[in-house]
Amino acid sequence: MIETISKPDISLEALRAGDRAEFARLVDSYSAPIYRLGLRMLGNEQDAEDVLQNTFLSAFTHLSNFEGRSSVLTWLYRIAVNESLMVMRRGKPEVNIDDTDSSDEAEDFSPTQFVDWGALPEDMLLSVEGKQALDRAIQNLPENLRMVFLLRDIQELSIKDTAETLGLTESNVKVRLLRARLSLREQLSVYYGERINQEKIND
Amino acid sequence: MTESTHSNCKSLLGSLSDYVDGDLGAELCREIEKHIAECEDCRIVVDTTRKTVDLVHASNLPQTGLPDEVRDRLFKRLNLADYLKPVSQ
Repeated sequence: MIETISKPDISLEALRAGDRAEFARLVDSYSAPIYRLGLRMLGNEQDAEDVLQNTFLSAFTHLSNFEGRSSVLTWLYRIAVNESLMVMRRGKPEVNIDDTDSSDEAEDFSPTQFVDWGALPEDMLLSVEGKQALDRAIQNLPENLRMVFLLRDIQELSIKDTAETLGLTESNVKVRLLRARLSLREQLSVYYGERINQEKIND
Repeated sequence: MTESTHSNCKSLLGSLSDYVDGDLGAELCREIEKHIAECEDCRIVVDTTRKTVDLVHASNLPQTGLPDEVRDRLFKRLNLADYLKPVSQ
Protein backbone atom coordinates (compact mmCIF):
# COMPACT_ATOMS: atom_id res chain seq x y z
CA MET A 1 0.00 0.00 0.00
CA ILE A 2 1.32 3.41 -0.79
CA GLU A 3 1.87 5.71 2.13
CA THR A 4 -0.19 8.48 0.64
CA ILE A 5 -1.81 10.00 3.66
CA SER A 6 -3.97 11.92 1.20
CA LYS A 7 -2.07 15.18 1.68
CA PRO A 8 -3.99 16.75 4.51
CA ASP A 9 -4.22 20.50 4.22
CA ILE A 10 -1.91 21.47 7.01
CA SER A 11 -1.34 25.20 7.20
CA LEU A 12 2.30 26.06 7.79
CA GLU A 13 1.32 29.59 8.70
CA ALA A 14 -1.01 28.34 11.39
CA LEU A 15 1.66 25.97 12.73
CA ARG A 16 4.25 28.72 12.89
CA ALA A 17 1.77 31.01 14.59
CA GLY A 18 1.53 28.41 17.36
CA ASP A 19 -1.92 27.11 16.45
CA ARG A 20 -2.12 24.00 18.67
CA ALA A 21 -5.23 22.62 16.99
CA GLU A 22 -3.34 22.66 13.70
CA PHE A 23 -0.38 20.93 15.33
CA ALA A 24 -2.75 18.26 16.66
CA ARG A 25 -3.99 17.76 13.09
CA LEU A 26 -0.40 17.42 11.90
CA VAL A 27 0.27 14.81 14.58
CA ASP A 28 -2.84 12.82 13.69
CA SER A 29 -2.04 12.98 9.99
CA TYR A 30 1.52 11.68 10.23
CA SER A 31 1.99 9.82 13.50
CA ALA A 32 1.09 6.36 12.17
CA PRO A 33 3.76 6.22 9.42
CA ILE A 34 6.37 7.70 11.77
CA TYR A 35 5.54 5.07 14.41
CA ARG A 36 5.74 2.25 11.86
CA LEU A 37 9.09 3.53 10.64
CA GLY A 38 10.38 3.46 14.23
CA LEU A 39 9.02 -0.04 14.77
CA ARG A 40 10.75 -1.31 11.65
CA MET A 41 14.01 0.47 12.39
CA LEU A 42 14.29 -0.45 16.03
CA GLY A 43 12.24 -3.61 16.30
CA ASN A 44 10.44 -2.81 19.54
CA GLU A 45 7.43 -0.76 20.59
CA GLN A 46 9.04 1.18 23.42
CA ASP A 47 11.84 2.56 21.26
CA ALA A 48 9.39 3.26 18.44
CA GLU A 49 7.22 5.26 20.83
CA ASP A 50 10.25 7.25 22.05
CA VAL A 51 11.15 8.04 18.46
CA LEU A 52 7.56 9.04 17.72
CA GLN A 53 7.36 11.43 20.66
CA ASN A 54 10.81 12.90 20.10
CA THR A 55 10.12 13.40 16.41
CA PHE A 56 7.07 15.57 17.04
CA LEU A 57 8.72 17.39 19.95
CA SER A 58 11.63 18.20 17.67
CA ALA A 59 9.31 19.14 14.81
CA PHE A 60 7.43 21.50 17.11
CA THR A 61 10.67 23.11 18.30
CA HIS A 62 12.10 23.49 14.81
CA LEU A 63 9.02 24.52 12.88
CA SER A 64 10.69 27.78 11.95
CA ASN A 65 13.46 25.82 10.16
CA PHE A 66 11.01 24.04 7.89
CA GLU A 67 10.92 26.01 4.68
CA GLY A 68 8.33 23.94 2.90
CA ARG A 69 10.68 22.93 0.11
CA SER A 70 10.19 19.24 0.85
CA SER A 71 6.90 17.68 1.83
CA VAL A 72 5.94 17.71 5.49
CA LEU A 73 6.19 13.93 5.56
CA THR A 74 9.73 13.92 4.15
CA TRP A 75 10.72 16.51 6.73
CA LEU A 76 9.22 14.45 9.55
CA TYR A 77 10.86 11.27 8.24
CA ARG A 78 14.20 13.02 8.27
CA ILE A 79 13.75 13.93 11.92
CA ALA A 80 12.51 10.42 12.74
CA VAL A 81 15.50 8.81 10.99
CA ASN A 82 17.87 10.95 13.05
CA GLU A 83 15.99 10.16 16.25
CA SER A 84 16.12 6.45 15.39
CA LEU A 85 19.84 6.62 14.71
CA MET A 86 20.35 8.14 18.13
CA VAL A 87 18.48 5.26 19.74
CA MET A 88 20.36 2.68 17.66
CA ARG A 89 23.70 4.20 18.56
CA ARG A 90 23.20 4.29 22.29
CA GLY A 91 26.51 3.01 23.53
CA LYS A 92 27.77 2.27 20.04
CA PRO A 93 30.48 4.00 18.03
CA GLU A 94 29.13 6.53 15.59
CA VAL A 95 28.47 5.50 12.01
CA ASN A 96 27.53 8.16 9.51
CA ILE A 97 24.57 7.41 7.29
CA ASP A 98 26.23 9.32 4.46
CA ASP A 99 29.42 7.27 4.69
CA THR A 100 30.38 6.49 1.16
CA ASP A 101 33.01 3.85 1.05
CA SER A 102 34.48 1.69 -1.62
CA SER A 103 32.12 -1.12 -0.65
CA ASP A 104 29.20 0.84 -2.13
CA GLU A 105 29.40 -1.45 -5.11
CA ALA A 106 26.76 -4.03 -5.84
CA GLU A 107 29.44 -6.48 -6.93
CA ASP A 108 30.38 -7.06 -3.31
CA PHE A 109 26.96 -8.56 -2.93
CA SER A 110 27.16 -11.16 -5.65
CA PRO A 111 24.62 -13.90 -4.98
CA THR A 112 25.90 -17.10 -3.42
CA GLN A 113 22.56 -18.83 -2.81
CA PHE A 114 20.67 -20.38 -5.72
CA VAL A 115 17.76 -22.08 -4.02
CA ASP A 116 14.68 -21.78 -6.23
CA TRP A 117 12.21 -20.89 -3.48
CA GLY A 118 10.25 -18.30 -5.45
CA ALA A 119 7.59 -20.81 -6.44
CA LEU A 120 6.87 -22.06 -2.90
CA PRO A 121 3.19 -21.74 -1.96
CA GLU A 122 2.05 -18.32 -0.74
CA ASP A 123 0.64 -19.74 2.48
CA MET A 124 4.14 -20.86 3.43
CA LEU A 125 5.82 -17.61 2.36
CA LEU A 126 3.25 -15.47 4.15
CA SER A 127 2.95 -17.71 7.23
CA VAL A 128 3.81 -16.36 10.67
CA GLU A 129 7.18 -18.16 10.46
CA GLY A 130 7.81 -16.78 6.98
CA LYS A 131 7.13 -13.23 8.14
CA GLN A 132 9.37 -13.71 11.15
CA ALA A 133 12.17 -14.88 8.86
CA LEU A 134 11.70 -11.75 6.78
CA ASP A 135 11.69 -9.50 9.88
CA ARG A 136 14.88 -11.13 11.16
CA ALA A 137 16.51 -10.62 7.77
CA ILE A 138 15.54 -6.93 7.79
CA GLN A 139 16.92 -6.49 11.31
CA ASN A 140 20.17 -8.12 10.16
CA LEU A 141 20.72 -5.51 7.44
CA PRO A 142 23.55 -3.10 8.19
CA GLU A 143 22.24 0.25 9.37
CA ASN A 144 23.03 2.24 6.23
CA LEU A 145 21.25 -0.29 4.01
CA ARG A 146 18.32 -0.74 6.37
CA MET A 147 17.52 2.98 6.38
CA VAL A 148 17.32 3.11 2.60
CA PHE A 149 15.38 -0.13 2.38
CA LEU A 150 12.84 0.90 5.01
CA LEU A 151 12.12 4.27 3.46
CA ARG A 152 11.90 2.94 -0.08
CA ASP A 153 10.41 -0.56 0.23
CA ILE A 154 8.50 -0.33 3.51
CA GLN A 155 7.40 3.31 3.66
CA GLU A 156 7.31 3.37 -0.14
CA LEU A 157 8.95 6.72 -0.61
CA SER A 158 10.22 7.50 -4.11
CA ILE A 159 13.96 7.19 -4.79
CA LYS A 160 14.08 10.99 -4.86
CA ASP A 161 12.34 11.42 -1.50
CA THR A 162 14.45 8.67 0.06
CA ALA A 163 17.59 10.44 -1.13
CA GLU A 164 16.33 13.77 0.19
CA THR A 165 15.37 12.30 3.57
CA LEU A 166 18.76 10.69 4.11
CA GLY A 167 20.89 13.36 2.44
CA LEU A 168 22.18 10.88 -0.13
CA THR A 169 22.39 11.04 -3.90
CA GLU A 170 19.76 9.15 -5.87
CA SER A 171 22.39 6.83 -7.35
CA ASN A 172 23.66 6.06 -3.86
CA VAL A 173 20.11 5.22 -2.79
CA LYS A 174 19.76 2.87 -5.75
CA VAL A 175 23.00 1.05 -4.99
CA ARG A 176 22.11 0.64 -1.32
CA LEU A 177 18.58 -0.49 -2.16
CA LEU A 178 19.98 -3.16 -4.46
CA ARG A 179 22.44 -4.32 -1.81
CA ALA A 180 19.68 -4.45 0.79
CA ARG A 181 17.40 -6.46 -1.47
CA LEU A 182 20.19 -8.86 -2.42
CA SER A 183 21.08 -9.34 1.22
CA LEU A 184 17.47 -10.12 2.11
CA ARG A 185 17.26 -12.50 -0.83
CA GLU A 186 20.38 -14.35 0.35
CA GLN A 187 19.06 -14.66 3.87
CA LEU A 188 15.64 -15.86 2.75
CA SER A 189 17.31 -18.31 0.36
CA VAL A 190 19.20 -19.86 3.27
CA TYR A 191 16.01 -20.00 5.35
CA TYR A 192 13.81 -21.52 2.63
CA GLY A 193 16.64 -23.79 1.49
CA GLU A 194 16.62 -25.33 4.96
CA ARG A 195 12.83 -25.62 4.90
CA ILE A 196 12.89 -27.33 1.52
CA ASN A 197 15.58 -29.78 2.70
CA GLN A 198 13.60 -30.47 5.86
CA GLU A 199 10.52 -31.32 3.84
CA LYS A 200 12.53 -33.69 1.66
CA ILE A 201 13.79 -35.46 4.78
CA ASN A 202 10.27 -35.70 6.19
CA ASP A 203 8.78 -37.07 2.97
CA MET B 1 27.52 -18.30 -11.82
CA THR B 2 30.76 -19.71 -13.18
CA GLU B 3 33.05 -17.19 -14.81
CA SER B 4 33.54 -18.87 -18.16
CA THR B 5 29.95 -18.99 -19.37
CA HIS B 6 28.37 -16.17 -17.40
CA SER B 7 30.05 -12.92 -18.27
CA ASN B 8 26.63 -11.20 -18.39
CA CYS B 9 25.66 -12.12 -14.84
CA LYS B 10 27.35 -9.19 -13.16
CA SER B 11 25.92 -6.62 -15.52
CA LEU B 12 22.48 -8.11 -14.91
CA LEU B 13 22.96 -7.61 -11.18
CA GLY B 14 23.33 -3.84 -11.61
CA SER B 15 19.96 -3.60 -13.38
CA LEU B 16 18.15 -6.01 -11.09
CA SER B 17 16.36 -3.47 -8.87
CA ASP B 18 15.13 -1.42 -11.81
CA TYR B 19 14.04 -4.62 -13.54
CA VAL B 20 11.92 -5.95 -10.67
CA ASP B 21 10.48 -2.44 -10.11
CA GLY B 22 9.48 -2.28 -13.79
CA ASP B 23 11.70 0.79 -14.28
CA LEU B 24 14.00 -0.66 -16.92
CA GLY B 25 13.81 0.21 -20.60
CA ALA B 26 12.36 -2.35 -23.01
CA GLU B 27 15.66 -3.16 -24.66
CA LEU B 28 17.45 -3.92 -21.39
CA CYS B 29 14.45 -5.97 -20.26
CA ARG B 30 14.75 -8.07 -23.41
CA GLU B 31 18.47 -8.57 -22.75
CA ILE B 32 17.76 -9.76 -19.23
CA GLU B 33 14.99 -12.06 -20.36
CA LYS B 34 17.21 -13.53 -23.04
CA HIS B 35 19.99 -14.07 -20.50
CA ILE B 36 17.83 -15.69 -17.84
CA ALA B 37 16.31 -18.01 -20.40
CA GLU B 38 19.80 -19.47 -20.75
CA CYS B 39 21.22 -18.97 -17.24
CA GLU B 40 19.41 -20.90 -14.55
CA ASP B 41 21.28 -19.28 -11.64
CA CYS B 42 20.37 -15.77 -12.82
CA ARG B 43 16.79 -16.87 -13.46
CA ILE B 44 16.62 -17.97 -9.82
CA VAL B 45 18.22 -14.74 -8.58
CA VAL B 46 15.74 -12.64 -10.57
CA ASP B 47 12.73 -14.71 -9.49
CA THR B 48 13.68 -14.80 -5.80
CA THR B 49 14.62 -11.11 -5.72
CA ARG B 50 11.23 -10.25 -7.19
CA LYS B 51 9.59 -12.57 -4.67
CA THR B 52 11.54 -10.96 -1.82
CA VAL B 53 10.29 -7.51 -2.80
CA ASP B 54 6.73 -8.87 -3.24
CA LEU B 55 6.86 -10.43 0.24
CA VAL B 56 8.07 -7.18 1.77
CA HIS B 57 5.17 -5.32 0.18
CA ALA B 58 2.67 -8.04 1.11
CA SER B 59 3.84 -8.05 4.72
CA ASN B 60 3.29 -4.27 4.86
CA LEU B 61 -0.44 -4.85 4.73
CA PRO B 62 -2.58 -3.86 6.43
CA GLN B 63 -1.32 -0.40 7.24
CA THR B 64 -2.28 -0.28 10.87
CA GLY B 65 -3.04 2.99 12.56
CA LEU B 66 -1.50 4.19 15.78
CA PRO B 67 -2.57 2.17 18.85
CA ASP B 68 -4.94 4.29 20.98
CA GLU B 69 -2.76 4.23 24.07
CA VAL B 70 0.30 5.30 22.06
CA ARG B 71 -1.71 8.19 20.63
CA ASP B 72 -2.92 9.17 24.12
CA ARG B 73 0.61 9.28 25.51
CA LEU B 74 1.88 11.17 22.46
CA PHE B 75 -0.76 13.89 22.78
CA LYS B 76 -0.07 14.23 26.50
CA ARG B 77 3.68 14.46 25.94
CA LEU B 78 3.10 17.21 23.38
CA ASN B 79 0.75 19.10 25.71
CA LEU B 80 -2.07 18.48 23.24
CA ALA B 81 -4.33 16.51 25.58
CA ASP B 82 -7.12 19.06 24.94
CA TYR B 83 -7.23 17.83 21.36
CA LEU B 84 -7.54 14.14 22.21
CA LYS B 85 -10.77 13.65 20.37
CA PRO B 86 -11.34 10.26 18.81
CA VAL B 87 -9.69 9.93 15.41
CA SER B 88 -12.27 10.47 12.73
CA GLN B 89 -11.61 7.60 10.35
